[in-house]
Amino acid sequence: MSAVPAAALPHPRKVRRSVREVVERPLMIAAVVGVAMALIFAVTPLSGVLGWALCTYVGFVVLDSFDCYRTDGPVVAKDRIATVLVSTAGLCTVVPLILIVAYVLSKGLHGVTRSFFTETLEKVGPADPATVGGAKHAIIGTIEQVGLATILATPLGLMTAVHLTESRGRLARVTRVLVDAMSGIPSIVAGLFIYTMWVVRFHEGFSGLAAAMALSVLMLPTVARTAEEVIKLVPNGLRESSLALGAPEWKTTLRIILPAARSGLVTATVLGVSRIAGETAPLLMTAFGSDSVNTNPWHGAQSALPLFAFQRVRNAIPTQIARGWAGALVLIVLVLSLFTLARAPGGRGVSPRHWRREPPKTAARGRKGP
Amino acid sequence: MSDLDLLVEPARPLPEPRQITPGLTTGDKVFRFVAAAAAASVLLILGLVALFLVLEAQPALKVAGFKFFTTFEWNPDGTPAHFGIAALIYGTAMIACIALVVALPIAVGSALFVNEYAPARLGRPLVALLDLLAAVPSLIYGMWGLYYLQPHLQGTSRWLTDHLGFIPFFHTSRPVFGSSMFIAGIVVGLMVLPIVASVTREVLAQAPRGVCEAALALGGSRWGMIRSVILPFGRSGIVGAAMLGLGRALGETIAIALILAFNFRITTQILAPGGGSVAGLIANNFGEAGDAQRHALVAAGLALFVITLIVNTVARIIVNRTSKGKMED
Repeated sequence: MSAVPAAALPHPRKVRRSVREVVERPLMIAAVVGVAMALIFAVTPLSGVLGWALCTYVGFVVLDSFDCYRTDGPVVAKDRIATVLVSTAGLCTVVPLILIVAYVLSKGLHGVTRSFFTETLEKVGPADPATVGGAKHAIIGTIEQVGLATILATPLGLMTAVHLTESRGRLARVTRVLVDAMSGIPSIVAGLFIYTMWVVRFHEGFSGLAAAMALSVLMLPTVARTAEEVIKLVPNGLRESSLALGAPEWKTTLRIILPAARSGLVTATVLGVSRIAGETAPLLMTAFGSDSVNTNPWHGAQSALPLFAFQRVRNAIPTQIARGWAGALVLIVLVLSLFTLARAPGGRGVSPRHWRREPPKTAARGRKGP
Repeated sequence: MSDLDLLVEPARPLPEPRQITPGLTTGDKVFRFVAAAAAASVLLILGLVALFLVLEAQPALKVAGFKFFTTFEWNPDGTPAHFGIAALIYGTAMIACIALVVALPIAVGSALFVNEYAPARLGRPLVALLDLLAAVPSLIYGMWGLYYLQPHLQGTSRWLTDHLGFIPFFHTSRPVFGSSMFIAGIVVGLMVLPIVASVTREVLAQAPRGVCEAALALGGSRWGMIRSVILPFGRSGIVGAAMLGLGRALGETIAIALILAFNFRITTQILAPGGGSVAGLIANNFGEAGDAQRHALVAAGLALFVITLIVNTVARIIVNRTSKGKMED
């Protein structure tokens, strides 16, 4: 036997498992560092809650890893530092969302009254309180523009997705790259494009339709890529059995594949809507904005919720800014609820109810989704 | 044998076999054509964007000539008109870099946390919340940055310039903070964080599991495994994700238009008010612009379009190569 003598083996590393080691000790260290830092801040000219928190954090990382180093050695100590830092980064990502939503709620809540939905800014003077006047014209504009954009972009996006999944030609490869490129177009460039084409060259003037076209340029790639992912999840067996039974390709796609992916395709559309509903930049040069109701999307400048909020906030008058915050609140609620709706569990992928006999692996993929 | 013969019905003449024409039916041809046309429309739209921007930018480009890329001023309505995007491009790039400095470490950290550390019970809601952050409109980031973040970062800015002022970036000539590239950069960083994080997460999840487990089995700690397997594997993917974030950051408009105080100087003082941004300038000036100014703004938009297109395409190529290339253990 060529076994190494037992004495030559290093001690196996200890793994911290017990509650005392994993929870109590770090908490104790954190508390000690926090109090110590508070004392230091009280004595020295250092000040500020943020500074205290940061110093406490750094002190904690150093002491905690030193504690690890003392008992377990350098490898575990390094691992410990990495764990703390990575966990902090992971949890940090939630902070901005909470801060933003809370702040918009606190600023906008008292501005969202009945009149916000039923009145316009047509007869509002600079001296009127924030409760007078509303965003009815902007809400109408947003509904019309987003609706038109959806009508324009969804069929195009879905057919593009069908082409991407069902054909293996060169066009499909090129298109996939271009859809990605298109999803990176800055929203303001989409607005400039429609402005130069529709407003300037075709002399159509500012209108809700122009805004809808600019928005659909932004919506198309989102719909196409999401729909492509969803159609890919449809089990291949369905496609093959349909073709084997003699159905032509178009019937297979329209009657078998798309219905199987139906809920996912709805998701793709709603995701697209949630992406464009809050866009402001392209509207500046297409819808242009107005203070009165214009229900005709084909002609004349129109307002929209994001545009309304943007133009109010740019104003120096506090009541106008308050109206802008109310608009922002309605907008964020609208966008986030649309987005949540689209991503709700079960709202994505192949609906398992219709195709229960699929092999288990595919079923699991369909439910989970990316 | 004869029993079987009894069971079999007497042979009837077989029906004529159905004529099968190889190839596609007419319906299929139409269908394929429609789908291909939809796909080609993407190409068409991109082409039209370039075409119309070039057409409309031409008058301005003729006036400015090559100086369009080297001039630091923006005065297209003056006589003589004097304008160029040099300072704007610099400001745009500066803000995008600050954004990446903010976003990249958090994004990589959160990707590692969700993939390697967090239990699924915690990881999945985190991913959902991060996606939700991506859905918040640019306008709201801008308003939040202007009214909430800016006052709260006053102290930080002052501290940075007082204690780290020897670094050129943190030096300020006057103790005025706000409307600066620093604040705009942080807000844009939060805006691009979700996309950088989600692309990084997907790339790092492709790391060969077998090798990861081998590293752990050899006695490596979790951090050792990450450093020796996952990060080397995902390096180019992280670069791609960062470039994708850069592409988004370059095109951010409304938030920057709200926060930044525009001037047309090139300065390293990121904490002081002032700076430039192509997209932000377009949004700010478009409403009141006359004809000459609008042509100039479209020209600036064209430059932005070309830059973001290049950055995004290169980024996508890098990301796709990482996620497809090294699948095998």
